[in-house]
Amino acid sequence: MNETEARSTNRRSLLSGPYLVWIIGFTVLPLIVIFRFALSDGAGHATLSNITAIFSPIHRKAMWFSLKIAIGCTVFCILLSYPMVMAMKHLGLSKKGFSLFIIILPMWMNFILRILALQMILSNNGILNLFLTKLGFEPLRIANTETAVMIGAVYDYLPYMMLPIYTAIMEINEDVIEAAKDLGAGSFTVFRKIILPLSLPGLLSGTVMVFVPSMTSFVISNLLGGGKLQLIGNVIEQEFMTGNRYVGSGLSVALMIFVLISMAFTMRHNTEGKESVVW
Amino acid sequence: MSDVILQLKNITKSFDGKMILNDFNLDIGRNEFVTLLGPSGCGKSTILRIIGGFVRPDKGRVLFEGEDITMLPPEKRNVNTVFQKYSLFPHMSVADNIAFGLKLKKKSSQYIKDKIDYALKLVNLDGYEDREPLSLSGGQQQRVAIARAIVNEPEVLLLDEPLGALDLKLRHEMQRELIKIKKEVGITFLYVTHDQEEALMMSDRIIVMNKGIIQQAGDSKSIYDEPQNAFVADFIGESNIIDGIMVRDCLVNIQGVDFTCVDTGFGENNPVDVVIRPEDLEIVKAGEGYLTGQVISIIFKGAYYEIKVKVDDYEWMIQSVDPAPIGEFVGLTIDPDNIQIMHKPVRDDEEVARDE
Amino acid sequence: MKRLKDIASGIYIGLIGVLLYAPILVLIVLSFNNSRSRVVWGGFTLDWYSKLFSNNQIKEALLTTVILALASAVIAVLIGVPGAIGIHALRKRPYKVMMGLTNIPMLNADIVTGIALMLWFVHFIPLGFGSVLLAHITFNIPYVILSVMPRVQQMNIATYEASRDLGAGPVYSFFKIMLPELVPGILSGFFMAFTMSMDDFVITYFTKGAGVNTLSTMIYGQIRKGIKPEMYALSTLIFLVVSAILIIVNALSDRRKTPKKNIEERI
Repeated sequence: MNETEARSTNRRSLLSGPYLVWIIGFTVLPLIVIFRFALSDGAGHATLSNITAIFSPIHRKAMWFSLKIAIGCTVFCILLSYPMVMAMKHLGLSKKGFSLFIIILPMWMNFILRILALQMILSNNGILNLFLTKLGFEPLRIANTETAVMIGAVYDYLPYMMLPIYTAIMEINEDVIEAAKDLGAGSFTVFRKIILPLSLPGLLSGTVMVFVPSMTSFVISNLLGGGKLQLIGNVIEQEFMTGNRYVGSGLSVALMIFVLISMAFTMRHNTEGKESVVW
Repeated sequence: MSDVILQLKNITKSFDGKMILNDFNLDIGRNEFVTLLGPSGCGKSTILRIIGGFVRPDKGRVLFEGEDITMLPPEKRNVNTVFQKYSLFPHMSVADNIAFGLKLKKKSSQYIKDKIDYALKLVNLDGYEDREPLSLSGGQQQRVAIARAIVNEPEVLLLDEPLGALDLKLRHEMQRELIKIKKEVGITFLYVTHDQEEALMMSDRIIVMNKGIIQQAGDSKSIYDEPQNAFVADFIGESNIIDGIMVRDCLVNIQGVDFTCVDTGFGENNPVDVVIRPEDLEIVKAGEGYLTGQVISIIFKGAYYEIKVKVDDYEWMIQSVDPAPIGEFVGLTIDPDNIQIMHKPVRDDEEVARDE
Repeated sequence: MKRLKDIASGIYIGLIGVLLYAPILVLIVLSFNNSRSRVVWGGFTLDWYSKLFSNNQIKEALLTTVILALASAVIAVLIGVPGAIGIHALRKRPYKVMMGLTNIPMLNADIVTGIALMLWFVHFIPLGFGSVLLAHITFNIPYVILSVMPRVQQMNIATYEASRDLGAGPVYSFFKIMLPELVPGILSGFFMAFTMSMDDFVITYFTKGAGVNTLSTMIYGQIRKGIKPEMYALSTLIFLVVSAILIIVNALSDRRKTPKKNIEERI
């Protein structure tokens, strides 16, 4: 790198100045504050008990349920998204922009209202059971169960999984797929050996966008779990609403550490520069 | 050609209502190097894609060793393709790319390893097993693509403008290597290109196409020396193509001057196309040749000069080893053997009698 | 065989479509239901629509939501686009640090981000529209940066230098040469930021304080008392408007990218 070039890159990097200020002001400092609360007992003494509170039986139960919902929701979203995107690709809908449209549209409707509507569908004398009894089936009792919370989470976060997978798969060069077929790969092999590995960055983005929110969303569990089923998000919210910001912060920090560790684990294979496949 | 391996019978295909191939017929012999040559959009790649199984013809059949494979999906066909844009699998190493087809055929790992070694040597890339495709140059990627196709021992290798993305020097090098590879593996090559020089250099047989129709088929020499219509003459090498009147057998009138030629059977006083290769014209002193004109440009091309001489309103192109000064009046002369007479096409896309 | 696959594909897309759209359909049906009950059909009415237009609380929340989304997306673009260009010019180490920091709000649970911001805001500003706006900008900038960054990476810096070489100033060159190349990334970043802001509940909930409401927080507040049916009418209208916008955008972009060239290449 010669001197002028170095100077011009340096000058260009100054453009990130305002953003750096913003990061420090609204990302780094708030995190320091929440750590301070988390490590304080409220009387000015340092303590780890707020953070280790995550291991208390009642919190452990919430954490366990959160994990179950998050993992289940992520897995179901992946399992539902791939056939969806492949079906769209197969029918050539991708070229018409129509497929993006049907994925994005629900994201623009208020999610609380949508969850409420889902509650009406799933409730014991709701629309789903109305249909089932009309067709001569036994009505399902899924209102206020873990199943309902799971359905709600999958319903709400499915577009966030489909979108990055869609983007990643549509970016795969058609020539590469044809080359695989040419070398003797049937549809399933093409998917397993070509499409799946090449869409991994999208899958990872989708996982980031689904796993964490589904673990912590307290609205879905409030509305579909009947208030009895608590995610870690519900617990933290209640700590704050009852004025206990120290334990609330401690649990938040514990959650954050957990999320960062599990994400680091997931991202291990993700190579540089690919993390940006979001939209 | 006694041993025909691949036959296309009455293939018709249109895209979006536009006819790409119209009742196309072609036989390809075992171990032949056949090149489909034509401008882009002439339907040559579509033929390859139909044989590869990526496009289904609207009408007609594809026969492979006499068996109808028209409806067979690509993965079930014993042909392999080298694609124009390499199409290597970006997430696999060079070795894994090459092993792809063999693993699907459940070959033993020792067999696969030997094949990879052999194929990489064949394309001059030994030692590249563990490289990522995207870290290779265009030429290297295309070599891997060739290796990846060849290890499957296809009966026919389809090459879709495989050198189109390479620069000139590399292209020449790869052309020689392809011929070498062809000799070594001894399988049928069906090659698609729009580069006439490439076609002339490599092929046993060239099929010149335009607008989905075969214009002429034959070996390099016959295509170059005896183009059967103006399209072929124009597309293959550089030519002077000019209107003439066939006065009678062996006499053609060009620009008001009668030339002796060797062609017969064009009737009397019929309009024809006359094709004369630039290297066949000779510059002589003004008044001594058939025609007299003025030199309007001269470009040194390395091995020869390209000289343009204007006679009336036609600019003759001449390739000559001797220069001629601009502005000078010169005469042009030609051997009767080197004058090619062709019928005027009735329609733009008229099919010409085939050379089979 | 191919037909079978066509049919299976169609059925599957239909099923997912039902999953995604059934709740929305319920909302639409309820907006015409002449009964406050959510389960009984009381006949067709347009009452909720007329009530919607005279409901100032809803109008205010809607206005807050839209202004918030627009303002936070615009500011996020204004900070994020230069940010992405600047980060790209950094050396490897600082580059990694900045991208890591950028990922924090994306990786962190909303509830943690919301609480951290709330605990921090109370030190210097009253919780209200201003604090919510700051919070939304904060979680929007990463979306802009991650959308723009691939474009910055693809951008050929030589064109910018060529422009300078031909006598254009840095500002002129930026707007005339660099920016056009980034536009698709900026648009998708803006779009993403706008959507995320519209869709957010948790972070707004923790940073809003009393008195300010977006649609999300207002609806959440109503749950206990029962949702006002005007909300169904509103969401039906939003559905129609968004559908219309997406259809228009689609039609426009379809016309722009005719796939013809692609086909020709393959003949």
